[in-house]
Amino acid sequence: MSVETSLHHTPLADEHIALGAKMVGFGGWFMPLQYESILAEWEYNRQTVSIFDCSHMGEFIIKGDAAQCGLDSILIQPVTDMPLKTCRYGAMLNDAGGVVDDLIVYRKAAQEWMIVVNAANIEKNARHFRASLNANAHFEDVSFKTAKLDLQGPQSRDVLKAWVRDIEKLTYYTFDQFQLSGIPCLISRTGYTGELGYEIYCPWEKCKEIWKTILNNATVKPTGLGVRDVLRMEMCYSLYGHELEENISPLEAGLDKFIDGQKDFIGRQALLAHRPERRIGFFVSASRKSPRAGHKIFDGENQEIGIVTSGTFSPALQLGIGIGFMRTPLKGAGSKIFFGDDKNKAAATVAQRPFYKNGSLKA
Amino acid sequence: MEIEDNYLYTKEHEWVSIEDNMATMGISDYAQEALGDVTYVELPQEEEEVEQFEQFVSVESVKAASDIYAPMGGKVTEVNRKLEETPALINKDCYGKGWIAKIEVRDMDESTNLMSAEEYRSYLESLET
Repeated sequence: MSVETSLHHTPLADEHIALGAKMVGFGGWFMPLQYESILAEWEYNRQTVSIFDCSHMGEFIIKGDAAQCGLDSILIQPVTDMPLKTCRYGAMLNDAGGVVDDLIVYRKAAQEWMIVVNAANIEKNARHFRASLNANAHFEDVSFKTAKLDLQGPQSRDVLKAWVRDIEKLTYYTFDQFQLSGIPCLISRTGYTGELGYEIYCPWEKCKEIWKTILNNATVKPTGLGVRDVLRMEMCYSLYGHELEENISPLEAGLDKFIDGQKDFIGRQALLAHRPERRIGFFVSASRKSPRAGHKIFDGENQEIGIVTSGTFSPALQLGIGIGFMRTPLKGAGSKIFFGDDKNKAAATVAQRPFYKNGSLKA
Repeated sequence: MEIEDNYLYTKEHEWVSIEDNMATMGISDYAQEALGDVTYVELPQEEEEVEQFEQFVSVESVKAASDIYAPMGGKVTEVNRKLEETPALINKDCYGKGWIAKIEVRDMDESTNLMSAEEYRSYLESLET
């Protein structure tokens, strides 16, 4: 195991090592890839309950009237009509209409918002907000003060119920403030796995205590970023750096339904002026052979029509699955395509999202 | 890290067991652990001729694909079809039920290019430093 001292550490780095995790660098952070076999961790998450250390992700607090302070003009999703204690997925764009980051906005109060962003983009996003909000906004980067644990799996609610009053009242994409052993936490019913689950935001210095308390329940297993990637791919959720980038528009990436068509926001003009020539598509390999990011996509006539952005073996389907960009007009579900390179091509079929349809997400 | 004493090994972590002129091969415990869960094996064709150390098998795990190289040159006479349904055999029993292919050896002298179990053990230790 090689330790990169230039990587940031979450409060749980020592815990992961003590649990025998294989550690890797991810987005500038020293993170657990897996504790045991990825397939075993996958099965446990889909059938029981897992806990992920997601403290590397970024959190910002913005105070101000959304319309007056500029926030509403930065995010693509509607914000001013959000009820308190709800959250919304969306993104922010650059002037060319490309994605700066995807994110979730939480409305904590009439004029208080928490924005949760990808670990690799914390600094870039903070600069973007500081440059784009006006003097009516108060912006604070609380990423290094806020830890996050994702508790995901069909039994996640039962695990928390024993400990957190009224957690079962939390509906999908809502949140509230709770006390965990006297520690103030924000818990939302959100996640990245497609299973029933919660994201637990707590003070950085209290994270270890909460992690250990949750793991005292032997039903819960620690789970790494390796399987997190497989779970999200099975749900066709995008990952920044793969399906989303500064040169990819939300229309290309299939985020149309998250865009507020009524308001102006940074990048909107570019979106209106631009008809996508490629769009995101999903496909299932005809065999266990899996597509990989960077593989080319071909149609039935050997014409190159796209590129794979994410690919893996799906334990749910027992087949390879892939996400990628393909030339418009997109081939419909059921169309035969191929993935690979000029010399080696493997057969696949275009599919509709998600690949995994049996999740407990809305339970 | 398990090593079978009677087998010979390559630097790329393949093992081979030679009886008469038939070589059975697979990958070592070190390799299967580094790979993680094997999800797919692209087996060679039977009757295919291979050179020693030529890539002839491809193994995929959840995160990556790996090339496997022939430890001895010759003709592939048999492949382990069980790996098509159950590639995890390579993780569970890499020296036994997880064997990958049998090769009819062309030139037995090529075995001098391989490492004994002892030499492979030392080689693995050198990798850790």
